Amino acid sequence: MKKLCLIFLLFFSFSFSQNSGDKNKKASFLVKGVCEMCKNRIDVGTVRIKGVKYANWDLTSNNLSIIFNSNKIDLDSIQKQIAAFGHDSGIYKAPDEVYNSLPECCFYKTNTPH
Amino acid sequence: MKIKLSIILLFSFYIFSGQEMVKGKVYIPLNDGNYQGVGGVNIFWKSTSIGVVSDDDGSYSIPISTETKELVFKILGYKEDIVEIIDSLNYDHFLTEQSDELDEVILLKRKNTIQKSYFKTMNIVSVSSDELLKAACCNVSESFETNPSIDVSFSNAITGVKEVKMLGLESPYLLITEENIPMVRGASQVFGLSFIPGSWVESMQVTKGVGSVVNGFESISGQVNIELNKPISDVPTYINIFRNSMGRNELNFHFNRMVNEKLSTGLFIHADHRKEKHDSNNDGFLDIPHVEGYNIFNRWQLTDLEKGVVSFFGIKFMKNEKEGGERFDTNSLSNKLWLSEIKTERFDATFKLGYVNPNIPYQSLGFQMAYSDHDQNSFFGIRNYDITHRSLYSNIIYNSIIGNTMNKIKTGINLTYDDYEELIDLDKNKTERIDRSIGGFFEYSYDNTTNFSLTAGLRYDSHNNLGSFFTPRLHLRFQPKEKTVMRFSLGSGRKSSNIYAENQEIFSTGRKIKVINSNGKFYGLNPEKALNYGLSFRQGFNLNSNDGDVTFDYYVTDFQNQIVVDWETEGELSFYNLNGKSYARSFQLEIDYQLTRKIKMKTAYKNYQVNKQYNSGLKQNPLTPKNRFFINLDYSSDPNDKGAFWKFDFTLNNVGKQRLPEHGGLSNFLGFSPSYTLFNSQVTKVFSEKFEIYLGGENLGNYTQKNPILDSENPFGTSFDGTLIYSPIVGSMIYAGIRLKL
Repeated sequence: MKKLCLIFLLFFSFSFSQNSGDKNKKASFLVKGVCEMCKNRIDVGTVRIKGVKYANWDLTSNNLSIIFNSNKIDLDSIQKQIAAFGHDSGIYKAPDEVYNSLPECCFYKTNTPH
Repeated sequence: MKIKLSIILLFSFYIFSGQEMVKGKVYIPLNDGNYQGVGGVNIFWKSTSIGVVSDDDGSYSIPISTETKELVFKILGYKEDIVEIIDSLNYDHFLTEQSDELDEVILLKRKNTIQKSYFKTMNIVSVSSDELLKAACCNVSESFETNPSIDVSFSNAITGVKEVKMLGLESPYLLITEENIPMVRGASQVFGLSFIPGSWVESMQVTKGVGSVVNGFESISGQVNIELNKPISDVPTYINIFRNSMGRNELNFHFNRMVNEKLSTGLFIHADHRKEKHDSNNDGFLDIPHVEGYNIFNRWQLTDLEKGVVSFFGIKFMKNEKEGGERFDTNSLSNKLWLSEIKTERFDATFKLGYVNPNIPYQSLGFQMAYSDHDQNSFFGIRNYDITHRSLYSNIIYNSIIGNTMNKIKTGINLTYDDYEELIDLDKNKTERIDRSIGGFFEYSYDNTTNFSLTAGLRYDSHNNLGSFFTPRLHLRFQPKEKTVMRFSLGSGRKSSNIYAENQEIFSTGRKIKVINSNGKFYGLNPEKALNYGLSFRQGFNLNSNDGDVTFDYYVTDFQNQIVVDWETEGELSFYNLNGKSYARSFQLEIDYQLTRKIKMKTAYKNYQVNKQYNSGLKQNPLTPKNRFFINLDYSSDPNDKGAFWKFDFTLNNVGKQRLPEHGGLSNFLGFSPSYTLFNSQVTKVFSEKFEIYLGGENLGNYTQKNPILDSENPFGTSFDGTLIYSPIVGSMIYAGIRLKL
């Protein structure tokens, strides 16, 4: 019984310390998009980037908040990879052929937010 | 809002995932009477910033909003329409040309009161409070009549209480939780659901097959979670009055107020009363017991979004008295009358605290603690049954992620303490048992955000009477196409065997009760242990531009040990450990279809094979129909400008033949009860959002069991038996009520 408690206490402290460590960085930057479908693409696309732990994009401000592991990836390459799947991100622009293959409602260069 | 949502999710045992989208096409009428898709229509959720514009062919796709269900279709030259959409992933809209009047036209897409998700990993059916209103009455045990996932047994004349079954197994094999705290268990196993007033319930989640490891090792065939009304979201004042033709009166009163920005409170009161004497079968026994009872519940909700804290505190008290038996004045004073009485008092206190780290939104911590004191004093003829069950339950859950939010984990500890004191039958000595357990769990969920997700959980418990053991559980979901989803689940469960509390009907017989002891910890018997696995397949379709879906479910429960309750010998009832096979295989085919915009149909066929090894051989479980058929039709008219409309509901239940244990009083049935059909119906007139009245009928075909009490002339003989009930005892019953929401 005591052992069990101890194991779980250890586990708790481990998981808390793991997440409050220095390697986890928060960042927030502009990513272009105009609709809820963009939001889904940006949120899911970003979280799939290796090293990104959490992503939440806001439609009204076009702001993307992320938490990432700075030992695994840096902010610059995250922004580069977001642009690569079609959404202008930080200083990086989406390649034309990727942009043109976006769902119609996501054409953020011509559509207004809706 | 985000934080609040996460905290609410923290208390839920299921995981939301994926982004549900509503898709469809918008059409305009042409002069020739045909319709054509149209682009440029603004489609948005009312009072939100979430909107899309339809494509050239009229098609659109918009993510489901969490804030509102009202979708607006707007384009110049046509009427602006608002449509209410709930759990529908497909909706085609037909615009009408703008005439001179500029009134807003409100169309309603019928909402589904039973929701099945394509995106949850587990096979969970959500039941809304609207669905609960379809049932005739009044408490949770009576509210599953229109739900094909759960079967309801027929109440006997002594207790008048209906027991629920799932996948062919009785309620002790279900884990019944109230806001994720195990609640209907131990002493309250049989009557517990009937002690929860229907109007208190906000929604229910029914999980088929083994549930999550988070709530303990007890669930075997399924899990039912009951969410009660929250002071913040319930109406400020609610009054409901009900009366039926059997003299049952019920009153419900809710009062909810905000104390300040962060704190709100609710007071919920329920009272019921039934003192009329009914004996339609002239056996001298009441057909339904007299009842008198009340429930009081006061809860407090604290929400502090800046700090990421949500907390609930609640206390409940209930009292219930049932009197049954020979309550008629008979001339033969020389005869001793058979009387029964069940008095219950229960006190509950619960505390919950949820914390979401405002800086790290994927980390949260939940703490729950519950204390209950359940006290029942009862007698049935010359037999006694008294039980006092004091219980303490506590758990801590920590939620986080591994790597990223596609990989989630839940881990934590549960503690339980149960103290049972019983006075059983003719025995004059108290039996006491204490169950103590501590357990830890770890659950991992993966979701690839498109077509695959899995939840794998493992828990380890150390229990003073069950020993130390692991409980593994696995759930998989594969969604190859948008409207096709397959689910698989596998896991084990076990439970203490509270044989008397779970089988209280045995005291309403003259049978000699025997416990065939080995040397186990529960009255000499061993704990129960089973493996459950199952497969579910759901396919959505669109026929004549109306949505529907087909679901196939197949679940198997294999018992390694079970307490066999043996009714096979007349005059005797024995409990013993399973020696051989015991299994429940359940197959269900369900088709839901929107027949027209206003009429919805639910239909289900169920086949159960529930067999176990008795000392006298492998036999089908008694009083368990092998085949059942169910159909429910539901009509709602369009509301007028004041919000007034009609609702009609009709349910047909066909119950197949059931094996009956051998008994002289049932010998004319040749071992099986006849198959029969029951009809229920209800009409509701909603006058406005604030006021509605309803009128309904139960058992409209007036089908009854002629001899619900066997050998009723000789109530103190060993053949006396009031529990072999295969159909309703009372015939048609009419009820009416009003609901006032202020």
